[in-house]
Amino acid sequence: MKTILYVIQKEFIQVKRNKTMLRMIVMIPLLQMLVLVFAATYDLKNVNIFLVDKDLSATSRQLASKLEASPFFTIDHTSFNPEEGEQELLRNNDDIVLIIPPNFEHDLMREDKANLQLLVNAIDGSAAQLSYSYATSVIRDFNKNIIADWKGLPKFNAPYQINTVSRFWYNSELEYKWYMAPGILAILVTLIGLFLSGMSLVKEKELGTIEQLNVTPIRKIHFLTGKLIPFVIIALFDLSFGLLLAKLAFNLPIVGSLWLIFGFGVLYLLGILGLGLFISTVADTQQQVMFVTYFFMMIFILMGGVFTPVDSMPHWAQLLNQCNPVFHFMRIMRMVVLKGSEFSDLIHEFIALCIIGVTFLSLALLRYRKTA
Amino acid sequence: MKQFIGFLRKEFLHIFRDPRTMIIIFGLPIIQLLLFGKVINTDLQDSKIAILDQSHDNTTREITSKLLSSGYFVLGEELLPGDDVEDVFRKGKVKMVVTFGTNFEQDLERDGKVDVQLLADASDPNTARMLTNYATGIINDYVKKGKLQNLQLPHQIGTEVRMLYNEGLKSVYMFVPGIMAMILMLISAMMTSISISREKELGTMEVLLASPLRPIQIVLGKVTPYLLLSFINAVTIIVLGVFVFGVPIKGSILFLMAESFLFILMSLSLGILISTIAPNQMVAMLISVLALMLPTILLSGFMFPIANMPFPLKILSSIMPPRWFIVIIKNIMLKGTGITYVWKETLILMFMTFVFITLSIKNFKTRLE
Repeated sequence: MKTILYVIQKEFIQVKRNKTMLRMIVMIPLLQMLVLVFAATYDLKNVNIFLVDKDLSATSRQLASKLEASPFFTIDHTSFNPEEGEQELLRNNDDIVLIIPPNFEHDLMREDKANLQLLVNAIDGSAAQLSYSYATSVIRDFNKNIIADWKGLPKFNAPYQINTVSRFWYNSELEYKWYMAPGILAILVTLIGLFLSGMSLVKEKELGTIEQLNVTPIRKIHFLTGKLIPFVIIALFDLSFGLLLAKLAFNLPIVGSLWLIFGFGVLYLLGILGLGLFISTVADTQQQVMFVTYFFMMIFILMGGVFTPVDSMPHWAQLLNQCNPVFHFMRIMRMVVLKGSEFSDLIHEFIALCIIGVTFLSLALLRYRKTA
Repeated sequence: MKQFIGFLRKEFLHIFRDPRTMIIIFGLPIIQLLLFGKVINTDLQDSKIAILDQSHDNTTREITSKLLSSGYFVLGEELLPGDDVEDVFRKGKVKMVVTFGTNFEQDLERDGKVDVQLLADASDPNTARMLTNYATGIINDYVKKGKLQNLQLPHQIGTEVRMLYNEGLKSVYMFVPGIMAMILMLISAMMTSISISREKELGTMEVLLASPLRPIQIVLGKVTPYLLLSFINAVTIIVLGVFVFGVPIKGSILFLMAESFLFILMSLSLGILISTIAPNQMVAMLISVLALMLPTILLSGFMFPIANMPFPLKILSSIMPPRWFIVIIKNIMLKGTGITYVWKETLILMFMTFVFITLSIKNFKTRLE
C-alpha cells in the first residue's frame, strides 16, 4: 500500500514539474470547450437568395417582400438572368436562386396553377434541405394569403386538416449548446486520460528509467495503480471545472445527479486509462503512442455520436459502438445532465463500461512485463 | 549538395526501417476514410419512435403505416394510454412519441380538423427538429394525396426544386473533402513536428547542428520525405473518394493535385513551426493533436457551416488553414470550377505557408541552450 502512495507522489511531482504540460492540459480543453461549443451549431441563421423575377407583377413583388420579411432569408441580388444566379452559387455568395417565371401572376389567376423554380446549392445536404423546407413553408403561407385575398375570405383553410403540434422536451428552445457541451466535455476527459496514460509508461521506456523501476521490488499491479490514480484525479478535476464553466457560460441545466456523473466518470476513466497503458506497453516510442492514440480518438469520437446521430449510422457501426467507451459515456453524460436519467435507466451502459474497463485494464496488466 | 542527399537518405531510411510508422502513415488514413465515409452521416434514417394511439381507427393506422414505411422511422415501442412518456425518453430508447387523441377519425370527419401531437426528445435539438419536420411533411402529404385528392383547390403555387451539385443530398459529398483536409493536415503537421523535436530530445540534433549541413538543409531534409509520403496519401484519398464513394471530380485533376500539394506544404511548414516552439515530443504532440484536432473538425466548415457561427468564431475559423482548403476541394471536385473561383483561397494558403516558414526560420536555433 505504501509503495502505491510513493508512486502516486512521484507521478504528481513529475506532472507538477512539467509546467508547460500542466498548463496545456488544464487550459486547452477548457478554452476549447468555451469556444467550440459556439461553433457546433446546425442552426440556420441566414440564407442568401438570388432573385430572378421575370414576372414583375404585384404578386411576385409581394412574394419577394414576404421572403425578405422572414428572419432566415436575405435577398441580396436581383437580376433577370438565371445564369448569373448560378455563378453566384458557384462563388458561394448565395445559397438559393429563386426564379419567378414570366406570367406567374397571370397563370396563377387564370389557370389556378403556377410554378416557381428553386435552385439550391446542395453540397451541404442537410443545410440545403432545411433552407428548402423553410422556403416552401413561407411560400405555402403566402399561397394561403393569396387565396384568401382573391376569394375575399378572411382566412383560407383546406376542408381537411391534420395539424401537427410539436413539443420539444428537455430543451424547448432547441438550444444546441446544451447538447454539445456535455459531448465536448466527454471528449476532453477522454483526450486527457488517454494521452497522459499513453505517454507515461513509454516516456520512462525512452528515457530508460523503466529499467530502474523494474529492478525495484514493486509489484506490477501496484506500479500500474500508482500510475493510474493521479491521472484519474486530473481528469476528474478537468471534468468538474468544465461542468462549472458550462453552467456559468451557457447556463447548462444539470438535471441529474452529480454523484452519478462522477461515479460513471471514474468507471469510464478506468477503461480509458487502461487502454492508454496498454498502448503504452505495446509501443516503443512516443511517436508511435501518439499515432495510435490519435487513431483511436478519431474513431471513438466520430463514431460515438458526438457530432452526428448514431441512429443514422449503418447497423454494423451501431453494433461496433457497443465496444466504444466514448459512445457509452457520451450517452450517459447527455442523459444524466439533460434528462435527469437515473442509475436504473443506465444499467446497460454500466455493464458495457464495466466490461470495457476490465478488458483494457487486464490487457495492460498482462502485457506489461517487468522483465525486458 | 552531396551532403544534403546523404542526409535525405538517412531520413528516408529512418521512416522505411520502422514498419509501424509506415503502417500508421499509410494505413490509418485509408481505414479512417473508409470507415467515416460509410459511418458519418447526418441523413435521418431508421430513427426509433413510439406511437401512442388512443383511437385505433383507419386514419390513425394509415398515418402510422405511412410514417413507418417512409424509411425515416422505425417503431421502437408501442405505448398504451396511461404509460409514462417521460420514462421512455429517460431510458433513451426512442427519440419521438407520436400521439393520436381519442376519436381521431370522428373529429376529423365532423370538424374537418384534428391535431396530432409530436413529442420530441430535444436533448438532441437538431435530430428533434428534423424528426418533427419529416413527420409533419409525411402527414401533410398523406392529407394531400389521400383526403384532398379529388378536390380542386384554387390558385395553387407549385415549387420545382433543383438541388445543384449534389442531387441525392448525400452527406458523403460534404465529408470526403473534410476528412481529406483533416487527415493531410494532422498527419503532415504531426509527423514533421515530432520528427524534429525527437532529434532535440534524443540529443542527435547537436550532432546535426555541428555537421557541415546548413540549418535550411536540415529542415529541408526533414521535410522532403514527409512531403512525398503525404502526397501519396493525398492521391490515395482522392482515388478512394472517387471509386468507393462516388464523389465526382468535375474540375481539372492536375489543378486538384497542385492545390493538395500546396496544402501539404502549408501543413508541413506548420509542423516545422510547432517543432521550433516545442521543447520536446510530448509538447509538440499535445499542440498538434489537442490544439489542432478539435478545431479542425469544428471550425473548418467540415461539419458545421461557418455561415452560422457567431462573428468572433468566423474570424477564428478564417485562420484555420483547412477551412480554405475545404472550399477549394469542394469547388474543384463538386462544382468543377477553376482557379478564377478559388484564387483568393489559394493566395491565403500561400500566404500562410510563407508566414509559417518565416516564423520558423526566425525561431530555429542553431545554438544549444
